[in-house]
Amino acid sequence: MELKDMTALELGAAIRKGEISAVEAAEFSLGQIERYDKQFSCFVTVQEDVLQRAEEVQKGIAAGAFTSPLAGVPMGIKDNMCQKGIQTSCGSRMLAGFKPTYSATAVEEIMKAGAVPLGKLNMDEFAMGSTSETSFFGVTRNPWNAECVPGGSSGGSAAAVAAGECFYSLGSDTGGSIRQPASFCGVTGIKPTYGAVSRFGLVAYASSLDQIGPLARNAADCAAVLGEIMKQDRRDNTSVATKGIDLQKVLHTDVKGMRIGIPADFFGEGLDKEVAACIEAAAKQLESMGATVEKFDMPIVKYAIPAYYIIASAEASSNLSRYDGIKYGYRAEHPADLLDLYTKSRSEGFGMEVKRRIMLGCFVLSSGYYDAYYRKALQAKALIKAAFDRAFERYDLILGPVAPTTALKIGENLSDPLKMYLGDIYTVMINLAGLPAASVPCGFDGKGMPVGMHLIGHYFDEEKILGAAHAYQQVTDWHKRKPTQLDRI
Amino acid sequence: MVITDELVTYLEALGRIKLPEESRAKAQSDLQEILQYIDTLSELDTEGIEPMSHALPLTNVMREDEVQPSAPTEEVLANAPVKKDGYFLVPRSFE
Amino acid sequence: MSHSKWETVMGLEVHVELATKTKIFCSCTTEFGGAPNTHCCPICTGMPGVLPSLNKAVVEYATKAGLALNCEITRYNKFDRKNYFYPDLPKAYQISQLYLPICRNGGVEIEAEDGGRKVIGIHEIHMEEDAGKLVHDPHTNSTLVDYNRCGVPLIEIVSEPDFRSAEEVIRYLEKLRAILQYIGVSDCKMQEGSLRADVNLSVRPAGSETFGTRTEMKNMNSFKAIMRAIHYEANRQIGVLEKGGEVMQETRRWDDNLGESFAMRSKEDAQDYKYFPEPDLIPIEISEETVEQTKKALPELPEAKRLRYVGELGLPEYDASQITNSKALVELFECNLAAGVPAKELANWIMGEVMHMLSDSGKEPEEMTFDYRYLGALIGMVQKNEITRNTAKKVFKAVFEEGCDPVDYVEKHNLKTVTDTGAVRAAIEEVVAANPKSVEEYRSGKEKALQYLIGQSMRALRGKADPQTVTAILKEIL
Repeated sequence: MELKDMTALELGAAIRKGEISAVEAAEFSLGQIERYDKQFSCFVTVQEDVLQRAEEVQKGIAAGAFTSPLAGVPMGIKDNMCQKGIQTSCGSRMLAGFKPTYSATAVEEIMKAGAVPLGKLNMDEFAMGSTSETSFFGVTRNPWNAECVPGGSSGGSAAAVAAGECFYSLGSDTGGSIRQPASFCGVTGIKPTYGAVSRFGLVAYASSLDQIGPLARNAADCAAVLGEIMKQDRRDNTSVATKGIDLQKVLHTDVKGMRIGIPADFFGEGLDKEVAACIEAAAKQLESMGATVEKFDMPIVKYAIPAYYIIASAEASSNLSRYDGIKYGYRAEHPADLLDLYTKSRSEGFGMEVKRRIMLGCFVLSSGYYDAYYRKALQAKALIKAAFDRAFERYDLILGPVAPTTALKIGENLSDPLKMYLGDIYTVMINLAGLPAASVPCGFDGKGMPVGMHLIGHYFDEEKILGAAHAYQQVTDWHKRKPTQLDRI
Repeated sequence: MVITDELVTYLEALGRIKLPEESRAKAQSDLQEILQYIDTLSELDTEGIEPMSHALPLTNVMREDEVQPSAPTEEVLANAPVKKDGYFLVPRSFE
Repeated sequence: MSHSKWETVMGLEVHVELATKTKIFCSCTTEFGGAPNTHCCPICTGMPGVLPSLNKAVVEYATKAGLALNCEITRYNKFDRKNYFYPDLPKAYQISQLYLPICRNGGVEIEAEDGGRKVIGIHEIHMEEDAGKLVHDPHTNSTLVDYNRCGVPLIEIVSEPDFRSAEEVIRYLEKLRAILQYIGVSDCKMQEGSLRADVNLSVRPAGSETFGTRTEMKNMNSFKAIMRAIHYEANRQIGVLEKGGEVMQETRRWDDNLGESFAMRSKEDAQDYKYFPEPDLIPIEISEETVEQTKKALPELPEAKRLRYVGELGLPEYDASQITNSKALVELFECNLAAGVPAKELANWIMGEVMHMLSDSGKEPEEMTFDYRYLGALIGMVQKNEITRNTAKKVFKAVFEEGCDPVDYVEKHNLKTVTDTGAVRAAIEEVVAANPKSVEEYRSGKEKALQYLIGQSMRALRGKADPQTVTAILKEIL
């Protein structure tokens, strides 16, 4: 098999068997970046020590220090996860040049598994956006059509996998930021249960919703990566002890007898007909594999976006207050006084979408409005969780679209924030409820852009989600298709 | 809820940001539109519902009171744009 | 206060740094001082992506404090964020407790103005983190920022507006300090800022039931400063009202050098803290069992001690109350009591010489550095007539100031009472022989002359003889 067609697990197995070295794999990936990244701008930073690291890992594999099935596999990290000594910019001018003196727990864990990080992946500024157009470091493009956005905010993480620049990546998902770009780029991605992966070292956007997760070519790869990073961390008070991921269990999941529910409310106004058709077809496929599929009502859906934008903006306005030009990050020149230092540094350091969410967050938390907005949103959150808890009494998994459309043209939504927010309708409620959910490739629209199906599980049912996705991928090949233009670049 | 120019100014002050003059009007109308949409939440009946901060009912995760070495001062100040004698430096901020 | 037409109403917000080993949300030391930014890590300097990790001991200490201050303990605790921009606050929010503080509805009993007892209500106690320190740099006319103190755990003890005089405030603070020191949750050193009190003060016409507009005063670094600041502020407000003016609700900064307070310039017109529940920390539940165990493990508190000292040991009320107001004095008292020194004698010494030396040196009791057992040893020597009471006072000065062992000191300086009556008699005979005029006067009935001769004799004996023995022998000779 050619390297470019390998999955992360296949490459890992080949490295373990000595069919290929970690250094050769790293050289291949650096070549891919060289070849494609000018076109797609997935990487903000390409690390200088990739080959040294690969060599080190190769020795470690020989010495038995790295036993993970992913050891030696080149990968990428979203640029909002701290990696010691490497610029962690969050796609913002505010953090251009910021080199943390510590690493995120998820980064440490994946390094312990023998990962060879190629560099840091582009994203919407501070993970606020669904298009990866708002980065200070430029617009990331969709490998299926460079005129289209890759989705966001983990656009770099999804596009890099789709373009074959890396074998898997780490992304983060606050309101759909792994799943929506995975859907737009035709890759598989999962947002784990809130608390499953440590958030320590993940630059916070909305702390109660942020979760790190993998993006890869298929569900099995995602399961392998998740298995390495899903560990309780005492540095994150909200992190939870779990059984972890049993890869064998995922690989041998049978969907026969699984009860799958589809919220009828997901198929309302705004959903693209072609996307709907792909999801219906996927449901039929799962049915033909022995699952029972039925529709049910979930009227709370329409309150998810308001609740999400209140909570996320509120937390963001607080989380982003630390960027003041004093300890790190952008500092405006010649401030007249302290207030001027704050205002100028933040006005020049943050882009428009970040400013908008800071202002919205300040509004919903300001005295006199807290009860009507923030408190109300926390009540809506409780109702959304309750609605899912009820649904999971009857279903093993919930199925639906990830996004109402396929990837939009670059610039199409940038000037209309509300329209962009509405695109998050299916994803944000999962973050509010803290549930795990994946995007799994399930078809293409008429323009040849990929469509992802949303597989949502109950708390800590990652194995079940990825198991069903893996079973689906055994009988479909949507996830194996590649943008034909890659061969022409 | 109407987003007035005064409210925009107030929110700028709260967030310590200043919108560029040319995008102020657009920002105001965008915020208005977003808020109008968000206000649909008021239709939702939440009577008697306990606000939920954390979806999972975790409690009492705590750390033992044991000292670990602090970071070297060079690391603490490594990313500081301006520093002096081991301190961060800011414009005069005493009344 | 001289303005009897007016009543002063005060409430206190007391910030106490807890004596835990590590900071509230990271494992850096809480040690006071240190070179700038040496007790810091990514967490307490608010670096991007870091998360707080709650120190167990903070919850334990706060629970202890609450129980010692007769509070109800909140079983389901949460933390909230208080958002504001200032260079000493690296995250630009302080993790605190607004909605569910750990303790509520407590009280501390103090002596009231009229000599009776009075309970000062405690509205709530909450846990929070301290901020860093700002230092003015005259060379660059800038401010330097040190985050060593950033993240040191605090409890804020909010009283009810129950104070009517500065004296009550001081008594409450002394009591509070003693309690917190007893239970070991804080060293309460005002000079190091581990106990800081903000005073909310308003005045109203005597007999009025409604509160006037209050101001909040900050930056008082000693009890004396608090006293002065209260008097200043009450007079200032009365002055404003008597001129027909209005008191502004504001925060004022006390300048102890100038003896004045100044309204702090409001940094922004809007002070909106935008409180919301801290998403990075999960709730803390405190079980009934924990509360009961903590209660049982509390040491005897000042109030119980005071009653015991009066009831069982027969100390005067005043002495018992003074001694029990200080953990150091209690330790001084109890360690010598255990060694068999009679309680009353011990109390007399503490109320006399110890207090005297403390006030002369301007020290707080906890700053006493000598081995507490030395006081008992000294009293023992007096009781055994090895030294005179006067000598003992001089020796105590050396004990207090230099930490000398009194037994060695007496030995070294040859201060023992001369018990050899022959030697005493010889010395007195010399004095009699050398002062024929005084002898004559005494014999003609002038008592004063005897005092003079006693003085001369004591002097000749360098104070080392028992004055009563000297008097007896002198009378005999005469």
